[in-house]
Amino acid sequence: MLAPLHKHLLNDYQQDFPLSPTPYRDIADQLGVSEDEVLAAFKSLSEQHMISRIGPVIAPNSIGCSALVAMAVPEADLARVAEQISEYPEVNHNYERENRFNLWFVAVADDEHQLQQVIADIEIKTGYTAMLLPMLADYFINLGFELNLHD
Amino acid sequence: MIDAVDYQLIAAVQKGLPIAARPYAVVAERLSLDEQEVIERLSRLKSQGLIKRWGVVVKHRQLGYRANAMIVMNVPDERVAEIGAKVSQQACVNLCYQRPSQGDTWPYNLYCMIHGKSREVVLQQWQELQQVCDLADYAFEVLFSRRCFKQRGALYRHNQAQDVLHG
Repeated sequence: MLAPLHKHLLNDYQQDFPLSPTPYRDIADQLGVSEDEVLAAFKSLSEQHMISRIGPVIAPNSIGCSALVAMAVPEADLARVAEQISEYPEVNHNYERENRFNLWFVAVADDEHQLQQVIADIEIKTGYTAMLLPMLADYFINLGFELNLHD
Repeated sequence: MIDAVDYQLIAAVQKGLPIAARPYAVVAERLSLDEQEVIERLSRLKSQGLIKRWGVVVKHRQLGYRANAMIVMNVPDERVAEIGAKVSQQACVNLCYQRPSQGDTWPYNLYCMIHGKSREVVLQQWQELQQVCDLADYAFEVLFSRRCFKQRGALYRHNQAQDVLHG
């Protein structure tokens, strides 16, 4: 079970983490607890892998060039292929999904040319064709993720 | 507009702000900047929209959101912006993108993501979404995630900063 403080920290600071010299103290003041409690709670959430980081989410394609990539890989070969793909520093998300296209990953490179090279390299190394699905438009405005932590 | 120092700063914070009393001062020291400049630059990058959001990035799976569906739809190209805008406004939707359809192989051009605590909840939300957004006529597939092989924030390399410095 998450303590009320932890729930607030998870839900209330996804958009606008304070950009002030003492952000954790500001949060503590807003929530009526001590700065040490806030620091300890964030450390604990981080150690339990409930948060991946406090930091930036960069607008897609504003730095470098990224694409979602899908592959259809036979089940028996999936673990090997997934591992090979995860080793690329250009790859950040890499998921198995229930579909004939069962491996989905996101690759980010400096530019379009380098992205194409990385994908070509992945195709050669894994032996499977990659389907490139770059983002054409982002319709999402309401950012962040509202967690229902009450049930 | 965005200079080499901005790129260095993004590279320095992309793995996370230190959990310490003066986190921006810690970042500033690494980059030989002062604390106020770090704060001002991050604030500017955020207001410019390059930083889409600045804050806590949660791990859904660890928080009990184990059902994650990517839903792909084939909607008429001339209506994709209108439908995308509508879909993205629904509370259950986390992401909504247009991507190029791949002919018969993969005819879908609109993607959205629903995270939920169970498959049943996600499928229920998808049904409601189809009704509210009038999606009944369009072909779709629901792709639940199974194994997560890798998940982290995008890493931007120093090359970009170097290009600005030397370019």
